[in-house]
Amino acid sequence: MDREIATILAMDGIASGAIYLLIGLGFVLIFAVTRVIFVPFGDIAAFTALTLASLEMGRRPGTISLVAVLAVLAMSIEGVSLFRARALARLPRALFYYLVLPLLPAGLVWFAAGAALSMPVRIGLSVALVLPIAPLLDRVVFRPIADASVLLLLTVAVALHFALVGLGLLFFGPEGVRTQPLTDAVFDIGGLVVNAQTLLIVAASLVFSGLLFLFFEFTLLGKALRATAVNRTGARLVGIRPAATGTIAYLLASLLATISGVLIAPVTTIFYDSGFLIGLKAFVGAIIGGMASYPLTALGAVMVGLLESFASFWSSAFKEVVVFSILIPVLLWRSLSLVSTQEDEVEE
Amino acid sequence: MKNILRIAATTAGMSLLAGPAHAEITVGFVTSLSGPGSSIGVLYDRGMKAALEYVGSVSGEKIRLIQLDDGSDPSAATRNARKLVEENKVDLLIGTATAPSSIAMVAVANELKVPMISISPITVPATESGERWGIAVPQPPSLMVKVVVDRMQRDGIKKIAYIGFSDAWGDLVYNGAQKPAEADGIKILTNERYARTDTSVTGQVLKMIATHPDAVLLGGSATQGALPPLALAERGYKGPLYGTPALLNADFVRVGGKAVEGVLVSAGPVIVAEQLPDTHFSKKISMAFRDAHQKANGAAPTDGFSAYSFDAWLIFMDAAKRALATAKPGTPEFHTALRDAIFSTKELVGTHAIYNFKPGESYGVDERGLVLVRLANGQWTYQP
Repeated sequence: MDREIATILAMDGIASGAIYLLIGLGFVLIFAVTRVIFVPFGDIAAFTALTLASLEMGRRPGTISLVAVLAVLAMSIEGVSLFRARALARLPRALFYYLVLPLLPAGLVWFAAGAALSMPVRIGLSVALVLPIAPLLDRVVFRPIADASVLLLLTVAVALHFALVGLGLLFFGPEGVRTQPLTDAVFDIGGLVVNAQTLLIVAASLVFSGLLFLFFEFTLLGKALRATAVNRTGARLVGIRPAATGTIAYLLASLLATISGVLIAPVTTIFYDSGFLIGLKAFVGAIIGGMASYPLTALGAVMVGLLESFASFWSSAFKEVVVFSILIPVLLWRSLSLVSTQEDEVEE
Repeated sequence: MKNILRIAATTAGMSLLAGPAHAEITVGFVTSLSGPGSSIGVLYDRGMKAALEYVGSVSGEKIRLIQLDDGSDPSAATRNARKLVEENKVDLLIGTATAPSSIAMVAVANELKVPMISISPITVPATESGERWGIAVPQPPSLMVKVVVDRMQRDGIKKIAYIGFSDAWGDLVYNGAQKPAEADGIKILTNERYARTDTSVTGQVLKMIATHPDAVLLGGSATQGALPPLALAERGYKGPLYGTPALLNADFVRVGGKAVEGVLVSAGPVIVAEQLPDTHFSKKISMAFRDAHQKANGAAPTDGFSAYSFDAWLIFMDAAKRALATAKPGTPEFHTALRDAIFSTKELVGTHAIYNFKPGESYGVDERGLVLVRLANGQWTYQP
């Protein structure tokens, strides 16, 4: 291996690391606020890519019916719970949030599909269409069991993943898709060929993690999210509704996933079940961050990307083995450093 | 000998008396019309419709076809096979779209002693007593690769780089290339692998290019088979690309675009039927298949899979003709006779190959069953 190969590999690794970073941050965000390890998170990214591809081919994406069904389900569950709480005055508000808001992009896409749309419009529509899926799933599946153990939540999330993959096959079919590149530009930096697409991925991931940082640091909503993450009961005591912060966490995380879906779609072929492996690698990054620290997660995600890239050069058949086996030392180190904090958990 | 003949005649007469007046041959056909295997399964279904359109009876006996969907699920394929044999009393099983499901079906065929024609490339296991009740129609993967490797030698290629899926298919292509490459004096420099869900093969491609290969052998399939050619083009590789029939796929061409232009793959001759010379064995039957497919499905075939079910039907027709001379349909004797007839198929001309089946072997195809085609301007063109 010479320096040129190492540089190309490093660039490739950073590009995939940037994708894992976006998804890994989403994992941590959702887990911190709701204690759910949202396994189908990678699927959200894949669904965005597939939706975008369907729009590009002038087809009506199957995600429309998924969103519609979820919205109706969420609305009926919300309606019943409002009725039981004798709080029907809040019904119009619920109608707006659970039915109108998600169905708006779905309706738009329904009418727009087939027409020749420009690239930004297609991307905007796909993002808007996929965005409500995770919050709606949260309302339908996770909110009724919000106080269950982490293990139960994880089990449900795994089941949900399989359900979504099955639906993905139904909606998008078994064939893979690849969308048109966002940009064809190629830069030559000191004899090194760099794709603008790669730069775009890295830039997007930097911008969005920066925005996330600003959001948590300087807005009331961000602080409310952090408060819920630190202590749900405490947050409730000071007037923060965990349910609402949960929805916002899902929305924000979904935004990260949809962005990464849009970015990854032109680089590789995405299948209905591609999301899982991408999500799993991002999850490794999140575990390196202890499912709590955003900077460590970012570092971990980039590390996974680099490791993957170099492993594919040295021994491609064992690439996944290499990537996933770094979990073992990380978990060992985590569990050793956790001994000191274990006593706090017992108190809970 | 005379005695045996007499006994045979008497039994045949008795079964004639006992059985229904018009014994028809019943065939059970399983394919995947739903699930992940359905993209191929639907093609098999169309091929079977074309086959029925082409010829629907043998020696005056009508044939009843019972078709079931296995949903790309091996356990459903097992259930279907069992149901077809035990309830519908079929004389022959044909199936199915995926290899695991076909292996599941052939296990049932072995157990219940009913002949089976597999339309997926599988190696049929023997029963405990050493019997085999099934054959496979397609070209064996090792042959698909061998033809390509031999072509490389003709093209003057000395060393190749290999990249394929990190699954059974990638292994089949790599292992299949080993022996012919050694015989042809071609060195395989790399054994790079990638997963179907991978997003990048940059690392593998860099390593391949660093070994300076004369050509690259592709062990992927369909859409994601285009990932290495794309990465190779991106890194400035300009050498030739070789592949297997697994790349004969509209999505491979769509996704690969310019990067896969010129790729040379082996294929059943039916793929390029209209380009074949008139002297080619497959020309006449393939054109007949095209007509039948057009009539039965309202469209011309664009794939090689539908032709496998068509050939399976031809093999069955040929064997049934001979089996009918010795036994009555619906009886265990007929099953044995049909199996023996299938296993003594000699020089049967199909759309894909000239079939010769022997007991003890699953495949009955030789090198005549593969031609080389090159992708030129998005079209597969015959390379003599």
